[in-house]
Amino acid sequence: MYVTGDSIVDAKAPNGPLEKRWEQRRFSARLVNPANKRKLTVIVVGTGLAGGSAAATLAELGYNVISFCYQDSPRRAHSIAAQGGINAAKNYRNDGDSVFRLFYDTVKGGDFRSRESNVYRLAEVSVEIIDQCVAQGVPFAREYGGLLDTRSFGGAQVARTFYARGQTGQQLLLGAYQALARQIHAGRVEMHPRTEMLDLVVDDGRARGIVARDLVTGEVTTHLADAVVLATGGYGNAFYLSTNAKGCNATAIWRAHRRGALFANPCFTQIHPTCIPVSGTHQSKLTLMSESLRNDGRVWVPRIAGDTRQPHQIPEDARDYYLERMYPSFGNLVPRDIASRAAKHICDSGHGVGPGGLGVYLDFADAIERMGKPAVAAKYGNLFEMYERITGEDPYRVPMRIYPAVHYTMGGLWVDYDLQSSVPGLFVIGEANFSDHGANRLGASALMQGLADGYFILPNTIGDYLADGPFPVVSGEAIAAVEGDVRSRVDRLLAVRGDRSPDDFHRELGQLLWDHCGMERSESGLRKALSRIPSLREEFWRRVRVLGTGDSLNQSLEKAGRVADFLELTELMCIDALHRTESCGGHFRTESQTPDGEALRDDAEFGYVAAWEYASPPVLHREELRFADVTPSQRSYR
Amino acid sequence: MRFTLRIWRQNDEFAGLRTYTVDDVSPDMSFLEMLDVLNERLIGEGEEPVAFDHDCREGICGMCGMMINGVAHGPARATTTCQLHMRSFADGETITIEPWRARPFPVVRDLVVDRSAFDRIIEAGGYISTPTGSAPDAHAVPVPKTDADTAFEAAACIGCGACVAACPNGSAMLFTAAKTTHLGVLPQGQPERHDRALDMLATHDDLGFGGCTNSGECTAVCPKGIPLETIGRLNRDVLRAATRSGRG
Repeated sequence: MYVTGDSIVDAKAPNGPLEKRWEQRRFSARLVNPANKRKLTVIVVGTGLAGGSAAATLAELGYNVISFCYQDSPRRAHSIAAQGGINAAKNYRNDGDSVFRLFYDTVKGGDFRSRESNVYRLAEVSVEIIDQCVAQGVPFAREYGGLLDTRSFGGAQVARTFYARGQTGQQLLLGAYQALARQIHAGRVEMHPRTEMLDLVVDDGRARGIVARDLVTGEVTTHLADAVVLATGGYGNAFYLSTNAKGCNATAIWRAHRRGALFANPCFTQIHPTCIPVSGTHQSKLTLMSESLRNDGRVWVPRIAGDTRQPHQIPEDARDYYLERMYPSFGNLVPRDIASRAAKHICDSGHGVGPGGLGVYLDFADAIERMGKPAVAAKYGNLFEMYERITGEDPYRVPMRIYPAVHYTMGGLWVDYDLQSSVPGLFVIGEANFSDHGANRLGASALMQGLADGYFILPNTIGDYLADGPFPVVSGEAIAAVEGDVRSRVDRLLAVRGDRSPDDFHRELGQLLWDHCGMERSESGLRKALSRIPSLREEFWRRVRVLGTGDSLNQSLEKAGRVADFLELTELMCIDALHRTESCGGHFRTESQTPDGEALRDDAEFGYVAAWEYASPPVLHREELRFADVTPSQRSYR
Repeated sequence: MRFTLRIWRQNDEFAGLRTYTVDDVSPDMSFLEMLDVLNERLIGEGEEPVAFDHDCREGICGMCGMMINGVAHGPARATTTCQLHMRSFADGETITIEPWRARPFPVVRDLVVDRSAFDRIIEAGGYISTPTGSAPDAHAVPVPKTDADTAFEAAACIGCGACVAACPNGSAMLFTAAKTTHLGVLPQGQPERHDRALDMLATHDDLGFGGCTNSGECTAVCPKGIPLETIGRLNRDVLRAATRSGRG
């Protein structure tokens, strides 16, 4: 199934004390003088929080930037849908927060499967992000005194989450987009919307460009640069149903993986506990209800299995507030992986509500009584409206029904401390990399990481690589070979003319993954998935039906290419899940649990990052995780 | 539920309405899921699926948008097309679906239009010039809550283009004013406030968007309920800019 290769011994983090490492690295990184920056070009793929902020900042520094996104405008990247907030260790509330506490909470929340150095840096940089965003005009929520408001989120006992109603991602993204727009206007960034990266150009051992398809004209073109930055997001859409946007895909990172970039911890996926349940087979995506709702909403199910009464008919003593019962100290604010599994278990035992019994209540009756309806509306109004639009039910009167859904992928391309992948000159930022969240991401940390990478970390580390540039002209053969591969793949997809649509394959793959590589994984289930995926892939290339041509806007063709890559990536996800026989964070192996049913880690055997090399079979490279400043413990939120 | 759909199809060879029927529609389906069902069927029958823009399907990315029975985003107020559900329609109804119609938004294919003109307007000045690293502490400048709320309300614009599609003049004033209001009421946005308004408005006009005649159609269809007063604010900023700097 796989073979083991050399271990990764050096992830390039400086060795000094934890709190000095980032300063040390910034000092040791070589600088590029302003005149030379003008001779250097950087490609940034993706315009979400990470890509948008990186492209803008690199352009401000004086590099030539070429930016790409598949949407019709860089303002639409899926970061825009993040609701709840962004963490920062400002300690404006004087409630005991600090950089070290944010670091500690994040390492612990990730179930001790992330690097101390990276996470500490993330916590350090978090405070600068808030300053930057406020200066850009991001309209964060404020108190009457004019200062910033914060709220608490899962996995933390301090209120360090800054927010803009339920639209924090939108406001932060528009801030980055506006900074990018300013650089486009100044001629520092060449922007290519509706353009999708389909492969990576590697020449003389360095990432030197991308081959991309113009989604309107179908034209396949090579773009060259001195370095390539991937900020293309996660691969949650492998599951078909997820909270990701419909267009989110893994093609850029998967193609880079095939060109030599290691893929780390592909099985670490996050199932978010508070999403609107599936309503039927037509379901095309799932909608998240922000975790912030767990601040004031109480999760419960009927105490009697199969109780079909309406929620308001079920008296208090016939309700089971199971999170408060099982986890008295964190209650409804336990981390996402724990809340999701608890919901699954309670529904599997017959206590679930709504269609198919796949739902639990998230009830605001107490909050409305305590704070009054206007206060609840001010905090969560837009989320309540969204819920009502989708379900036709009014959550001010009837408790919401929620169920877990695929939301985020902690795994991604392996990067070192500089955010450089195993291919020199290929940098990976935001959700596309694996770096900071271990086996489970805490709420409000994705926005923090995306902006930390894009505004502050990458712009400081990429210079050390670019100091050796400009690099020699890329060989014509290297370009022709990759362009040829891309064109022949597009032609192959169009030539099959089979009888099943790309979505039809995607749905089947997604269900398979959800059943066997979802909230709970077992050896037998994973083996089942691993025997089906190759045959499904074979069937795809025999039976997929893509109508139309490659020389104009063709949304079926776009989908088919993405599904083809998911059909490869999902196999690696299952291999990774099968090889990691411990449970940790969002990766729950039924064979490895505590007597209470919590995830049971095996630090001695699995205290490493699994970085996979593309080969047949895949090659596993281990990067040992060393903990010097925190002591790994069994997480307890009880 | 069962519907008759009259859908605008457009490619190099054809441009016009085609009629389709869809059966077995659940009231819990979103409007786009109903189109997904149609498209799956069309693929099965060998007809190219209807192209339409969409992405997040939760009403925030601004990618989707179509004229549904002549109304931008359809019959539900303050709702994007992706958040519109079939329970808003009567069983057996005929639904006409067309792309946004405006000179600065050329049709790319079927229901897909090119809205890059919106990006040009933002690029002309829809930002606060604050390079990364230059910011003071976030609490250095308190912002009165009412101003922060006004800024937020305007900043909620998703750039979908419904305002332009609904406007009899094809004006993008609501879109432009939403950004000048968002940035113009915040203390951070003051230094560039007046130039921003002038530059964005000039670009708006150059791109071929029409002028505002206060018909209010824009705000009526806006999925985020951006208020019409924002346009008044923009006009005031433009006027003040002209008197201050002699520009305008």
